[in-house]
Amino acid sequence: MSENFIDIRNISRHFGTVKAVDDVSFSIKQGEFFSLLGPSGCGKTTLLRLLAGFESANQGEIFIDGVDVTTMPPNLRPTNMVFQNYAIFPHINVKKNIEFGMRKEKLSKQELENRVQEVLSLVKLEGYEERFSNQLSGGQRQRIALARALIKRPKVLLLDEPLGALDKKLRDEMQIELRNLQKAVGITFVFVTHDQSESISMSDRVAVMNEGQIQQISDPHDLYYNPQNIFVSDFIGTTNFLSSSTGSSNGENIMVKIDQIGEFSIKNKLNIPENDNETVVSIRPEAIVLSPSPIDKGDIVMEGTIENSSYYGELTSFYVRVQGAENPLIASSQRFDNNSFEGNKCYLSINFEDINLLKKE
Amino acid sequence: MKLNENRTLYIYVLIYFGFLYIPVMFLPIFSFNQGIHMAFPLQGFSTEHYEDMWNSPKLFDALWNSIYVGVVSSLMATMLAFFAAKAFTKYKFRGQALSYGAILTPFLIPEIILAIALLVIWVSVGLPLGLTPIIIGHVLFCTPFCMIILIARMEGFDNNLEEASRDLGEGVFMTFWRVSFPILLPGLIAAFLLGFIISFDEFLLAMFLQGSDQTLPIYMWGQLRFARRLPHVLALGAVIIVATSLVVMLAYWLRNVGQPQEKQDLTFKI
Ligand SMILES: Nc1ncnc2c1ncn2[C@@H]1O[C@H](COP(=O)(O)OP(=O)(O)OP(=O)(O)O)[C@@H](O)[C@H]1O
Ligand SMILES: [Mg+2]
Repeated sequence: MSENFIDIRNISRHFGTVKAVDDVSFSIKQGEFFSLLGPSGCGKTTLLRLLAGFESANQGEIFIDGVDVTTMPPNLRPTNMVFQNYAIFPHINVKKNIEFGMRKEKLSKQELENRVQEVLSLVKLEGYEERFSNQLSGGQRQRIALARALIKRPKVLLLDEPLGALDKKLRDEMQIELRNLQKAVGITFVFVTHDQSESISMSDRVAVMNEGQIQQISDPHDLYYNPQNIFVSDFIGTTNFLSSSTGSSNGENIMVKIDQIGEFSIKNKLNIPENDNETVVSIRPEAIVLSPSPIDKGDIVMEGTIENSSYYGELTSFYVRVQGAENPLIASSQRFDNNSFEGNKCYLSINFEDINLLKKE
Repeated sequence: MKLNENRTLYIYVLIYFGFLYIPVMFLPIFSFNQGIHMAFPLQGFSTEHYEDMWNSPKLFDALWNSIYVGVVSSLMATMLAFFAAKAFTKYKFRGQALSYGAILTPFLIPEIILAIALLVIWVSVGLPLGLTPIIIGHVLFCTPFCMIILIARMEGFDNNLEEASRDLGEGVFMTFWRVSFPILLPGLIAAFLLGFIISFDEFLLAMFLQGSDQTLPIYMWGQLRFARRLPHVLALGAVIIVATSLVVMLAYWLRNVGQPQEKQDLTFKI
């Protein structure tokens, strides 16, 4: 397993004044399921197209498996792409679509047929050889696009929001299937999405992008529990932000004064400087324990009133106002009736380890 | 809608079609009339004018010239129009509106001015008149029409298809041959047929630049001066009407070839 299977060095792509990709460097491991995640317009597609060879970089280099591909045209790169709209050729049938890229491999008829059947069974569409694109559903088209790319046995498969056009149920199914498929073929996947839950559930690692730059590259767990800045913390899941200022530090821990809650000593994972007024803390809704009766466990214990609640099926969000606080805190819990909270009075507790100290942007 | 209104509309449509087609119908009617006088009452059925037409070698020379000029100029115009349409539909570039206008100009300026300009240039360079300058003139004149058709067709073309082909290992030329060309073929044929028809009945440019090689419209115009020659021109006109209708029907049929049933369009869009 090569650590720097794909090596992206200081890549930039500017369109006039728009810095679609702005001096980005990172590497992707061989066999990894790697996601590019970010809001619309942050440059995910552009970065993927730079890898595929459809965009040329203003600066920087790209290496794939040790080869400099920066100026290599797309037809010579060891990458294949699944397009967002699948781009199935409408004038030829499924079989010819899948065989399209095999012209230069000069396989015998039998070998080619075997390869076609192999990828068709991989995407579970045996028997669809004679269909045309307009006779396929969105999910089937997506699988054909996948098969057409996989038959080439590329070193890297690039996928641009391949599940974006599918309905929720199919999307959930395809997430699992795609993940299993990736494990089975062992090809490096670079997967673009703007859906944070999708990237978290599927990927080995996720790169969060914003405005052409990488904000953080981590495994999904770290991304959720150890966000490195406000953008990532905000983009992944929901969270409570509270203004804070730091006091003195003893190296590992730092004194943090959280607005209207109090002053505590918490872990300083990001090495935030001492005596800094420009900081915030982020606390996930599910890290806040909510109870109708007084709580004795927990590092911080507070009283509050429930102002509002929204029921989401598997969990309920409670909007809790702690005395003197400007904005209510969002706490989520599997409990969905707030009738047990007499007069909507409640008790909350938070552990220090669930508080992330971040620098204000 | 009330029945009355319905009937009014119905009559309107009848008058409209009558206005459009009755004059044209006189050609075939008189072409089968005995004698040389184009007047009612008809003198009786005869195919003599068709025989007369069949025995006019000069007519066939002119017909051949017209087909040659039409095929060559429409092929060139379609090709040029394809490149232009590709540029306009795929890219956004500086001077786009200006170059679009520049290509469209021959279609907008009075044709006679184009004809005089070409004649002046051709003669001042000292080249002989004939089919070559006519072809050049027709390429200029047909390209905007072909381009308008192709732009309409290519506006919906998914550029990702070309990229997918590149991605799957094909170079620029094979991508055109295996993807863009077959998908755009009905549009290319429609553009070619329109270009051909325009060139085939074009008069002014052919008139000014003809030299000793006549195209069919010029030949027909020349024959009109002799009353005795008129009827066989009518016969020729009738044949052309039938042939043109066949070409239009062919173009119409090609439009829908390869399209799924539900996407077939009943209007002949240009
Ligand atoms: N060909 C182009 N010409 C000009 N600007 C472009 C071009 N392609 C992309 N951009 C701009 O670059 C930025 C990044 O675009 P990109 O398509 O990479 O975003 P994205 O992250 O894929 O967004 P989405 O999630 O909406 O697909 C956008 O501001 C976009 O307008
Ligand atoms: Mg995109």
